[in-house]
Amino acid sequence: MMRDPELYPYWPYKNRPKIRWENGAKIAFWVAPNIEFYELDPPKNPYRTPWGRPNPDIVGYSARDYGNRVGHYRMMEAMDKYNVRGSVSLSVAMCQHHPEIIKACNERNWEFFSHGIYNTRYCYGMDEAQERRIIEDALHTVKEATGQTIAGWLAPALTHTERTFDLIAEYGIRYTCDLFQDDQPQPIRVRQGKLISMPYSLEVNDVICYNSYLMSPRHYGDVLKRQFDQLYAESEESGTVMCIPLHAFLVGHPHRIKPFEEALQYITNHPDVWVTTAREIADYYAEHYYDTFASWNPQPV
Amino acid sequence: MDHDLYAWSNLFERPSLTLPNNARVAVMLTIPLEFFPLNPSGKPFKAPGSMVTPYPDFRHYTTRDYGNRVGVFRLMKVLDSYGFKANFAINAAIAEKYPLLLEEVVKAGHEVVAHGKDMDALHYGGMDHDLEKQYIAESLEILRSRSGQAVNGWLSPAFSESFETPHLVAAAGCTFICDWANDDLPYWMKTHGGKLVALPLSQEISDRRILIDYHQTQEGFVTQVLDQFDALYEEAGTHGARVFSLMLTPYISGLPFRIHAVETILKYISSKNGCINLTGTGIGHLLP
Repeated sequence: MMRDPELYPYWPYKNRPKIRWENGAKIAFWVAPNIEFYELDPPKNPYRTPWGRPNPDIVGYSARDYGNRVGHYRMMEAMDKYNVRGSVSLSVAMCQHHPEIIKACNERNWEFFSHGIYNTRYCYGMDEAQERRIIEDALHTVKEATGQTIAGWLAPALTHTERTFDLIAEYGIRYTCDLFQDDQPQPIRVRQGKLISMPYSLEVNDVICYNSYLMSPRHYGDVLKRQFDQLYAESEESGTVMCIPLHAFLVGHPHRIKPFEEALQYITNHPDVWVTTAREIADYYAEHYYDTFASWNPQPV
Repeated sequence: MDHDLYAWSNLFERPSLTLPNNARVAVMLTIPLEFFPLNPSGKPFKAPGSMVTPYPDFRHYTTRDYGNRVGVFRLMKVLDSYGFKANFAINAAIAEKYPLLLEEVVKAGHEVVAHGKDMDALHYGGMDHDLEKQYIAESLEILRSRSGQAVNGWLSPAFSESFETPHLVAAAGCTFICDWANDDLPYWMKTHGGKLVALPLSQEISDRRILIDYHQTQEGFVTQVLDQFDALYEEAGTHGARVFSLMLTPYISGLPFRIHAVETILKYISSKNGCINLTGTGIGHLLP
């Protein structure tokens, strides 16, 4: 095991090269619905037990299934209203279990990136061959179901190995949402290829805000607006990225949908906001800033 | 799905339900009456609300019992003052221990729903098949004979099921089950024992979730419950009838400093046009 993964260089949050996004926008804003499938009777995993209760844990299972029967459609309607396309963190087995949902997203020109096969299968301790099969499966399954070649990665249930980033970069994945060290993209050190870390967020992720921080829906809506206000102000100096990671099984409940919708309205009403997808941010960064930042050495002022 | 118990469907593409009087929203309240043994086996886990301290945990035993002695009467009084009937999900042990309580519930016209034997007799994957059949048969027999009601519904203690529970419950003559939190409307389950309606119990806005699990205030509870109601009421105008479902626990909502929250909620709902109060059997009959 490594003491320090040394995934990226240290950059102080000041005097950075100035980022301006498409059409001079200051902040790139994207929404990441996690569209997940959790199994009723998942196999045992030596590192982590998928459910808190013995299988079938129908409390956990049905709460998540709510997202795919009900919550997704409320969330999608709210996003449609403000022309926000989703960048979907996808349990790729959804392509087989609920192709109707995949089709609805694809028709809206949403992006899909991989969130593993099931959110009840973990990568801890996998050997290289197993991990390669997960990546190959994601590339193949999403391509077949949607025509899209996935460009991004969020490990299933945030479970990794030391070689995850090297492998996904080798397969041409261009961004990872697994790292939380910054509010701007950053090149990640990998064996081959070009990988950037895409600002996602655990801190304004609905699952953390609701299930870990135990927030009320209106408080969560306020958190989203304040997160935006600060990143928007700081983007004067150098462009920032704001992501709202979501789970339809949480945000899609009747008592939670309105504060989310109001946050979308608030954010998209500001000028100089690039409402976009993770793939578009990654592509823009790769074209305009990757080389600048890859060779940037911050000096003491 | 990764099982055959029910088929996937999108709530927003289903045929609309028709409510009596062409109401927009059916209001369904559910109140559990539970017995928590002082010496739980904790098998395979302790139900929420179970004993916490080393034996004998009189503190939690009596705190839960407060709900059955006092809290539930506060709740029934508020329900009665606004004319609401509720599902009373009752452990068979309560029916045996507290016949006076069962009588009050039945006399007030509420619907008795079977809630298993007690809060330490959990249904779970891997439990003995015959034992589970026995739990279900005994619970239903006790509740049916003592309440005089048909008892059509089932709510598992701690919402915990084995792979067999819905099948066994249907075979024992139940027509609806309330354990699955995956929908805002009732839907059909296909079991080996016959068809079964899954009723929506809205665990996310229950008093337990918001006040106990989320540590929020009673004012926050009222806000979220009414936000839920308003969202469903509005949606019913564009997408068809909705079911507003609320679970109130006597030892949580029935406390002196919280009962006003229940009153505020029921008063608000009563003031809205186009609502109808139904209990489980009535909701189950809405499905074609």
